[in-house]
Amino acid sequence: MADKVVLLSSWASVFGLRVQIALAEKEVDYEFREEDLFDKSSLLLESNPVHKKVPVLIHNGKPVCESSVIIQYIDEVWTKGPSLLPKDPLQRANARFWTDFIGKTIYPCGSKIWRNKGDAQVQAAAKKELIGILKQLEGELGERPFFGGETLGYVDIALVPFSRWFYTYETFGRFSIEKECPKLMAWVRRCNDRESVSKVLPDPHKVYQRNCGLKKRLGLE
Amino acid sequence: MAEEVKVFGRWTSPFCCRVEIALRLKGVPYEYIEEDLSNKSPLLLEYNPVHKKVPVLVHGGKPIAESLVVLEYIEETWRRNPILPEDPHRRAMARFWTKFIDEKCMPIMWKSLWSEGEMQLKLMEETKENLSILERELNSKKFFGGNSIGLVDIAASFLSCWTEVLQEVAGISLFGEAKHPILFKWANEFMSSDAVKVCLPPKDELLSHFRAMKEGMSATKAGQN
Repeated sequence: MADKVVLLSSWASVFGLRVQIALAEKEVDYEFREEDLFDKSSLLLESNPVHKKVPVLIHNGKPVCESSVIIQYIDEVWTKGPSLLPKDPLQRANARFWTDFIGKTIYPCGSKIWRNKGDAQVQAAAKKELIGILKQLEGELGERPFFGGETLGYVDIALVPFSRWFYTYETFGRFSIEKECPKLMAWVRRCNDRESVSKVLPDPHKVYQRNCGLKKRLGLE
Repeated sequence: MAEEVKVFGRWTSPFCCRVEIALRLKGVPYEYIEEDLSNKSPLLLEYNPVHKKVPVLVHGGKPIAESLVVLEYIEETWRRNPILPEDPHRRAMARFWTKFIDEKCMPIMWKSLWSEGEMQLKLMEETKENLSILERELNSKKFFGGNSIGLVDIAASFLSCWTEVLQEVAGISLFGEAKHPILFKWANEFMSSDAVKVCLPPKDELLSHFRAMKEGMSATKAGQN
């Protein structure tokens, strides 16, 4: 029986984009359903009653929620494609540690920059914090082409969707990530060479427009 | 020869307790090193330069930090008495619930204990709802892991002595037999299991510790007024 895979997500969601890259790496066929986050579908509310958030992967009717959980699930189910996590337990722990770090730091910090409503001090502090986070990640990458080593791995997939949000952070925060973290940007360009990344990730200008609209809608201007 | 295992921890931390429970469950011998968090050891800062926190597991000289990451490492390294199921969907569900505990249940409960007034009432309501959600997930199982203790049970270990002590210190009621009978029964079952009971800190000492912490916070506030 053929697998039925549905992904409930939103085109600009960094967490959803992670899942899309993972599915592309494994060459899994799936149906993408765009969710309106202001008018969530009953399927989304049923599939993720605890958080009511995207992304949700529904595999043969069974939902899996939380992007980091979904990616590990994908890696464990579709074993034919490239491994997303390393085999060695210590390296796996390292990959989980940095993915956890990325998940807890970039989104909240970035939000303080672009969702800022005229508080220059908060925004300046958030900008400094974000640069610090990205420099730490640069340090962890070191001289390797990818966090996963020679190929894209769990940490790369967790981080790269944020690169399409860099333009938003830079424009609102008035700074250049290329200037502050050139090695990280070189890594971004290497990731973009992969089809699983370039075909999935949205145009950063479109993301910026969407965020401008959202900011207005939320009364944060 | 088996490689040396060390745990850098703090006796008052439920996160550190998680790691010890998992090692005990799997029969892994380890050396425990108590950290003074007001004066962190150079070794701790070397082993966890990113967060500078406990717990840190050091296996054969290699450090692993973040308690849930450590638990998965323990599971993958020592296969005896597995704490995760084999089936990928059930594994995903276990990971989902540990994240829910870590990112929602625990921080909101912690904040509710230390806040005041309207904010506290709001956080208390949210905590009770989170516990009800957990209770529905537990349902009629003995443990979240089924018949034996699993990853989710270990992650939820703060619901044992910590919650009891902290409610007493804060003078509020969040979790008890009346409100969450199934979860309460689970907590007792969990606390009395062999691998867990040796890892739990003594209740009276924990009570003294958090009472002192609250007094310290009140004194700081009074000083600020």
